Amino acid sequence: MTVTDSPRQDTDAHYKVWDVAGYADVPRETKVGLFEQVKADLRFGDYLYGCYECGICVGACPSAKFYDFSPRRIAQAAAREDVDLIYQQMQEDIWDCSQCFSCLRCPRGNNPGGIVTIMREVAVRNGLASAKQALVGYSRIIFKIMSTGTQVSPDMLGKDSFPDWGPETADVADNLDLWRRALPPETMHTTTTGWSVAESTLIELYLIWMETGALDMIAEVDPGLYTILKELMEERLEEAGFVS
Amino acid sequence: MTIPVAALRRAKAAEEPVADRRALEDPRAELLELERQGELIVQRIDREAISVTTKYGREKRIQKSHLWHHKSCGQCGHIPGYSTSIFWLMRKLGYDYHDPHDQTSCTGWNYYASATSNPAAQAAVAVRNFAAAYETGYFPLIHCGTSYGHYKEVREELIRYPELRAQVRAVMAKLGKPLVVPEEIVHYSEWVHALRGEIAAKLVRDVSGIVVSVHPACHYHKVVPGDAIYDPDIYGGQRTAVVTGLVEALGATVHDYSTWFDCCGFGFRHILVQRDFSRSFATLRKIEVMKEEANPDVVLTHDTGCVTTLDKSQFAARAHGRNVGLPVMSDAQFAALALGAHPYRVCQLHWHSADYRPLLEKMGIDWERAWAEFQSDLRRLESGEKRYLDWDDADGLNDDNGPH
Repeated sequence: MTVTDSPRQDTDAHYKVWDVAGYADVPRETKVGLFEQVKADLRFGDYLYGCYECGICVGACPSAKFYDFSPRRIAQAAAREDVDLIYQQMQEDIWDCSQCFSCLRCPRGNNPGGIVTIMREVAVRNGLASAKQALVGYSRIIFKIMSTGTQVSPDMLGKDSFPDWGPETADVADNLDLWRRALPPETMHTTTTGWSVAESTLIELYLIWMETGALDMIAEVDPGLYTILKELMEERLEEAGFVS
Repeated sequence: MTIPVAALRRAKAAEEPVADRRALEDPRAELLELERQGELIVQRIDREAISVTTKYGREKRIQKSHLWHHKSCGQCGHIPGYSTSIFWLMRKLGYDYHDPHDQTSCTGWNYYASATSNPAAQAAVAVRNFAAAYETGYFPLIHCGTSYGHYKEVREELIRYPELRAQVRAVMAKLGKPLVVPEEIVHYSEWVHALRGEIAAKLVRDVSGIVVSVHPACHYHKVVPGDAIYDPDIYGGQRTAVVTGLVEALGATVHDYSTWFDCCGFGFRHILVQRDFSRSFATLRKIEVMKEEANPDVVLTHDTGCVTTLDKSQFAARAHGRNVGLPVMSDAQFAALALGAHPYRVCQLHWHSADYRPLLEKMGIDWERAWAEFQSDLRRLESGEKRYLDWDDADGLNDDNGPH
């Protein structure tokens, strides 16, 4: 065990007490286990080198201007192996990150945004409450990208989907099929995908999701979506001659 | 402690150089070495190319023609005039290209939003697309800034981690494809930048009175930053040269603003499920600052998410009486307009939200006539005269009165 002791959470002002945190405490061994998964990621050693305490990452960070979020705290908690704070961050902070990688301005070469990416993956794999909460409303997008190979489709611009984008978006929805047929590139006459993706390409994509464990990652965080996608992919792969 | 303090102290005491693994100095050279070792295949640039300089001085070559267009799901899906303008520019300059069906999205938007993937899957998706391009003989040109940044990350990971290469190679073997990576990962805005002289030579509209503010895309110049194009003659080499270099070549004026480094507010997951953040950041930190400090006629940027966020976020802010109201489009759309492209048939500005019409008027474009022409096109589709419009329609070659 390389993890150092950290202060008791209920007596240290740096940590929220559990009854206001909004999620349950877990045994310390669980927190250690989660952080060990973060550290085991092959990228982790290239994302963390130390910290000058300069705050340049915070100054550059859009999420720090809007949320109680700090890329400096992400880097420092990881460097100190402060598993209590890391657990708190995995339950709250990581989903505030914009993944813009402005924090790569770090003069020490840290990649706090990259550490967040790894922490998010671990949160998803382990079905943490924060991951489930963050992905509420996101299932249809995961379904779209994993099943069709393009994430953003024209028919997502429904009349009620983006009311804050103005009446022009409703015009798109009203004229969708006609306006798509007016596009000069023949690959873009689609409404349910960004462009026309070949059937053989989709089969290859499904193989990638299954062979790399990407599909299995969502089993914990969204079991219903996992079942739907798994059945869809297995059926298509079987039709294409791949034994499931 | 996770930081290898003891090892660093030992190295310092022995006056040994400590390897800096933060960025690869020359990823191209690393790829060629891995190819020599039989680890992967490098797709070579095999047509005429233009040399440009990257942030730390490495030379990068941009192939001019015979390009495999790696489309963007966000562009094709929600701002299709962005993709169409890139194709149109390439056709206008007379360079051949391939617009594939055998292409998936990089899936990076979902990855950065939800983390429901992993490095092996992301690398395999990238390499599958690279292999699809390699099979055609066309060289990849990446439309999306996030795809470009993400693929650079993937390339770094494939170079650094042998275990990842082995995993991806095994997956690709099941697909019957090799592990192939292009010699350079090229963003379309780099192609536009490299060819800005040829583009400017075909200018048909006077844009000297147009003031532009530029938003450099985060995933272009912050992710694997050493690969972005810099030029000592543009911002003194202190900021990426793409987009700004094009604007200057076309003869328009760039007005700077203090929050140029800030992101647009896209946030990946935020733009889809937490847009209060995206709207606030895009308008308070970008659009309002641009208006107050630079007062441009148009905001130009070079990535899918940035055009979407900066354009779409203004409607709600206007309802709150904020100082917004700037048209937003890509460098490719602006260049296409300057070269005479139709604002609706090619640039598809009716998919945008902020009012672009004052800009068109200032560029000398009769948008009312252009809209009437587009409506006439739509009637032809509705009547069944044609199922789809094509490039001849886009250039007005099928108009009753000839080209627009």
